[in-house]
Amino acid sequence: MLSLIGIAVVVLGFMARMNPLLVVTAAALVTGLAGGMGPVEVVATFGKAFQENRYVSVVWVVLPVIGLLERAGLQERAKTLIGAIHAATAGRLLLLYFVFRQITAALGLTSLGGHAQMVRPLIAPMAEAAAESHHGPLPEEARQTVRAHAAAVDNIALFFGEDIFIAIASILLIKGFLAQNGILVEPLQLSVWAIPTAICALLIHGTQMMLFDRRLARMIAEGKR
Amino acid sequence: MIGLGGLYVVAGLFFVAIAVLSARDATNPKRWKNTVFWGLFAVSFLFGSYLPDVLNGLVVLAMVLTAGVSGLGRGEPATSGPEERRASAARLGNKLFWPALAIPLTALTGTFLFKRPELAGLVDPKQATLVSLILGVFVALAIAMPMLHARPMVPMQEGRRLLDTVGWAAILPQMLAALGAVFAAGGVGTAIGKLASASLPAGSQLAAVAAYTIGMALFTMIMGNAFAAFPVMTAGIGLPLIVHRFGGNPAIMGAVGMLSGFCGTLMTPMAANFNIVPAALLELSDRHGVIKAQVPTALLLLLTNTVLMYVLVFRS
Repeated sequence: MLSLIGIAVVVLGFMARMNPLLVVTAAALVTGLAGGMGPVEVVATFGKAFQENRYVSVVWVVLPVIGLLERAGLQERAKTLIGAIHAATAGRLLLLYFVFRQITAALGLTSLGGHAQMVRPLIAPMAEAAAESHHGPLPEEARQTVRAHAAAVDNIALFFGEDIFIAIASILLIKGFLAQNGILVEPLQLSVWAIPTAICALLIHGTQMMLFDRRLARMIAEGKR
Repeated sequence: MIGLGGLYVVAGLFFVAIAVLSARDATNPKRWKNTVFWGLFAVSFLFGSYLPDVLNGLVVLAMVLTAGVSGLGRGEPATSGPEERRASAARLGNKLFWPALAIPLTALTGTFLFKRPELAGLVDPKQATLVSLILGVFVALAIAMPMLHARPMVPMQEGRRLLDTVGWAAILPQMLAALGAVFAAGGVGTAIGKLASASLPAGSQLAAVAAYTIGMALFTMIMGNAFAAFPVMTAGIGLPLIVHRFGGNPAIMGAVGMLSGFCGTLMTPMAANFNIVPAALLELSDRHGVIKAQVPTALLLLLTNTVLMYVLVFRS
């Protein structure tokens, strides 16, 4: 049970809003020490794990080209394009992106999205422009809300779309774990049962996006008062 | 064969450039901290595979101390102003979208192509997606640089501008993945599993299902990753109770159980790449702004999953 101290460090550290890098490092050191490792061994274990997970950070290599295109006015062009379509509102645009992202993820096309490649350069500015064409210049709070929801749509549509695809990592993990315990299931049996939740996710978040424009209008009106 | 090794060299050289450009930027009051931080990250990428584990660990500790105490600075590389951007956007029109779309399209095409047997020797099939994404970056640069008449250092400076807005949060996802590995080595999963089965709700099917789905969400919030929570919770509650005692369908339990974990992913700062990194990338003043936008949907979906599993898992 001593190994659970690390979890306490994480929860308290995040609640106290301390720097997450310090919190995570402290949690790793404490967990290792509580698990009976010596100090050198703990540092080595953490270093090895950090080194083995470098692939997580390779994605930052996209930033130069995204920055270059922003410098040339990519966000402005995306805004012009959406601002000219009167039917486009922030809520409808985000709902449309949700459906696109969920369907493509369900077909295994999870790379058609992402925060650095899609949300920052295209989706967030488009949603902001759609909101501005209906509500005028956005107060800072409303702008931040629109951006946060652009990121949220990318996540939710991905999570509740990708499991419908039979070769995605989580389906293979479930299949593998059940097989270790002597239960054989086919990936298709698993992915079929991801469909009801996927439909509910679309209904639940879709409803919120349909109500989003009204919420935004209310937020802006309250800000003016 | 191009695999992770090749990607690490590309990433390492990128961070070397960031470190050098940071050192030369007098507009950044903390430029030496930035130089040390990104320089050490470059060392990890370029030499991490050859260094002893302890040295790799010391590199991480040095990075954490550099950034964790009083943070990194933010450089202001020369970029275009709002007026220039509008003029440029009007001049170039929809051509601007091509390089941006080239990244996902190359990533997609490559993922399929590199898994074909006749091309299998070219790229490590296990890393086909990541290799294709980085290939997409080079395709996009090849289209954009001549179109914009950009000099070679311009994309690097623009990359640094964006990386500085993300700051130390850029390494948080990797740090958390490493923490997950230390948790696993320290026996955290086993301890949680024991705790879960010790406090098993006796009796009703509904209580068992709710303990499993909510347990998946909570443990995912702690670990930041549903994949780490799934084996622990399923061995602790799912299999013994739902499948073995009440005769539930294991496929439905597994599928809906994993999706309950994803509800937890939406609500935790520990899932940094989905929740904290985009907040930094979109320059939100609230680090938890994305999580707040997701919580209502996440809670409703967790309830939905609990009901769905209860209704479906014992019927078929």
